[in-house]
Amino acid sequence: MKDYQAGYIKLALPKGRFLSPTASLLAGIGLGFQDYSDKTKQYRLRSARFPSLSAKILQEKDISIQVAVGNYDLGICGLDWIEEFLVKYPAGALVKISSLNYGEGSIHVVASAEVGIANLNELSAGSNDYRIVSEYPNLAEAFALNLRMRRFRIFPVWGAAEAYPPENADLAVLWGKSGAHIATQGLIPLERLLPVTAFLIANRESLENKDLSQILMCFSSKLTAEPQTSIENGLDISEELKGSRPLWPAKEINLALPDGHQQAPTAQFLKRAGLALQGYSEEVVSRRPSADLDWLGIKVIRPQDMPLQVANSNFDLAITGEDWLLEHLYRFPSSPVKKLFALGFGTVKIVAAVSQEMPVADIDELRSLVQSNKFAPLKVASEYIDIADRYLRDNHINPYKLIPTWGASEAFLPEDADMLIDNVQTGKTLKKHKLKIIDVLLRSSACLIANKDSLASSDKKEKMEFLTQKLRAGLK
Amino acid sequence: MKNQKCKGMQDLLPEDMLRFRRIEDVFRTCCRNWGYQEVRTPTLEYLYLFTATGTLTPSMLSKVYSFLDWDGWSGERVVLRPDGTIPVARLYIDNLSGQELARLFYVTNIFAFEGTGKENRERWQCGAEFFGGAKSAPDVEIILLAKEVIRRLGLSNIALQLSHAGLVKALLKEFKLSPGEEAKMTNRILEGNWQALTKAKSTTPEIDKLMASLLGLKGKSSSFLHNVRTSFPKASQDFKSSLEDLINIATLLDNLGCSYKIDIAAIHGFEYYTGICFQFLAAGEKIGGGGRYDNLVPLMNGEDIPACGFALYVDPIMKLLPLEEEQKGECGILVKGKELAPKIVKMCFTVAESLRDAGYPAELDFIGREESNYRWVVLVSGKEPSPFVLTDCIQRRRREAASMAEILKVVSEG
Repeated sequence: MKDYQAGYIKLALPKGRFLSPTASLLAGIGLGFQDYSDKTKQYRLRSARFPSLSAKILQEKDISIQVAVGNYDLGICGLDWIEEFLVKYPAGALVKISSLNYGEGSIHVVASAEVGIANLNELSAGSNDYRIVSEYPNLAEAFALNLRMRRFRIFPVWGAAEAYPPENADLAVLWGKSGAHIATQGLIPLERLLPVTAFLIANRESLENKDLSQILMCFSSKLTAEPQTSIENGLDISEELKGSRPLWPAKEINLALPDGHQQAPTAQFLKRAGLALQGYSEEVVSRRPSADLDWLGIKVIRPQDMPLQVANSNFDLAITGEDWLLEHLYRFPSSPVKKLFALGFGTVKIVAAVSQEMPVADIDELRSLVQSNKFAPLKVASEYIDIADRYLRDNHINPYKLIPTWGASEAFLPEDADMLIDNVQTGKTLKKHKLKIIDVLLRSSACLIANKDSLASSDKKEKMEFLTQKLRAGLK
Repeated sequence: MKNQKCKGMQDLLPEDMLRFRRIEDVFRTCCRNWGYQEVRTPTLEYLYLFTATGTLTPSMLSKVYSFLDWDGWSGERVVLRPDGTIPVARLYIDNLSGQELARLFYVTNIFAFEGTGKENRERWQCGAEFFGGAKSAPDVEIILLAKEVIRRLGLSNIALQLSHAGLVKALLKEFKLSPGEEAKMTNRILEGNWQALTKAKSTTPEIDKLMASLLGLKGKSSSFLHNVRTSFPKASQDFKSSLEDLINIATLLDNLGCSYKIDIAAIHGFEYYTGICFQFLAAGEKIGGGGRYDNLVPLMNGEDIPACGFALYVDPIMKLLPLEEEQKGECGILVKGKELAPKIVKMCFTVAESLRDAGYPAELDFIGREESNYRWVVLVSGKEPSPFVLTDCIQRRRREAASMAEILKVVSEG
């Protein structure tokens, strides 16, 4: 618990895209985090040079929020996630200290080359209802408001925003390496919102009350050097590129398939079912695989986003997890999404877990502990906000506070959360992080979901049945 | 668990509610006397009602409470009503657009996020809207209606400031900014940042002079506007017609003996205004405002109906309102039971009911409450031949009473 004492400084370091450049920066300025590398398996690091300095490796999306709420004094993350926070909470306790001069690409507003939106004026003038898909819902909203778009809807997604336009969204706000990179995805960049560079950020209160000078000094020694921001290619898309864009003709039935961990088992399943696909195997990743059925359109998106996308008729069928279907149905109880059948793979348990040191064995004991005012409130980290919310309410845990995460909730315990609700396959990761399971909320495996209106539609009924029968044949 | 109230929200305590109801009662009475009809709109509205140009500014939109409804999987968001006028315009379009003329009023709360949590995020306002009709007369009508409400509330040290959105927009056009720049400048002005405009370079010294005189001078009669008109013969047609409109309204107000100050900067917050804008200040604090918004109804897919309206801000007015003595409820009757025996309790309830039926507020007590806050106290002992003791709290006199009829007689004689 000594991390909470005054004098101790906590730093949040990024996983993923900024890990290597950040690691070499930290090595260069001598902060003494030898274990911060691609290979590290641990989340917690201690500085070999400054005894008062500790660090935790977090998802970048979480860093701006965690620094703003004061769980960390300092953090390093991309400008995109900082602005995503600040645009919504300008008075929040997040302060940008300085650019770290590395990064790549920018956040762009893009349209499909097919829809014929060529510039921003067309967006504010028209009375169309624009669908904007983004991993950055706040930036997307600010963009739409500033442009005075008359009517728009924001679809926050977990990823794969580039796969949505033009059929499933009119605009996307997404990261792109360059204009040319975006054009290769069949998209036209309309506006560059901000460059994605890594920033050192601080919590306002820490900055006002804590002595961070030694650490900040290390950074500033390096930052006076020349900026090395990546040079971005211009955004002018040549006519040539526009002409060579692929065409996506509308299909009668649309199917969404998962990327990420679920891709390999799903590809095997489809093979067993005898559905021949090009561009969707264990090795190949294409956002638009093709099938030998000319009426079938297929897109590869995040399983988390599928129930909502099926509910709003962007897809008729999708393969996702039962966990994400349940999460969606808790949020939207009258949603027209229906589970057809489980597919038997990708099985996980959704569990509630706490630190092994917490003296509780089950949820009832935890309730008593919370009632004794020990936590006030109990902090629960979860990537399933609605499942977690329902579970905590049903079990009369009061008071509690939910911390939404983007996976890897175990990194939050025990310092930044008291409990997690997350999926586990074997439970080994939890054990390794000294956590114990106190309850199993549900078991979930991959399943086929459908839009109820599509199932009932006379135009689609026959083909939907044909396809579901075919997929059913793949069940072992 | 000391503080369980949501940040930025306020409780209205009994004394606050006395003030609140007084404001509401005066406002309702005035509105009804002027031929306005009361309406009430829902707390939730669709976000898109408020997003188009000419409705709320981006900075106000960034502070709305918006979320997906339980069936919001299609991405359509709803908001907690962030403004009073736009929902009433929607109500008019949906239900009353057959009427050539509609005079409507409402008392409502509006919600806007405020970052520090020190200011209210929920505010109350009393508003009136006038749909249809010709120019000038309705403008003057809503100004005078608002003024009457303020006068009847007994607020003192009141100032009325007039501006004109059309005039400001025409002036802005003279700077020949790009559409994007102009939109930014409009937003700044609506947020009260007039310096931005004075810093901007105009195309001619003529305009700079016009700006300086409009921003620097505060006219107190229509004569000032006549002077402006004569001094700047080269102004654009838009500017001239807006100025003409303002002159007409100012002249009418002059003739009706309504004093005001022309302050071009007295326009704030709302992008939907197209004509006259006004605000009321009490002791320097804004307590209300309004104006003409001819484009709002057509913009919301209604017919081409001109409209104007105002809202009075209940929260600052409550702070300024003195609490009158008779409001504190010191005219009631306390019916006290001497003991908790079923027979006595029953008698108490019966006595209180008879008093209320006769039109007197009557409160029951069995635990010995302070008697000084009541006009009369009836002590029920149940002992024959005089089961009641009646105390006159003002005259400080006590007398026994044998029956209900006797109590009513004494009370009615005061």
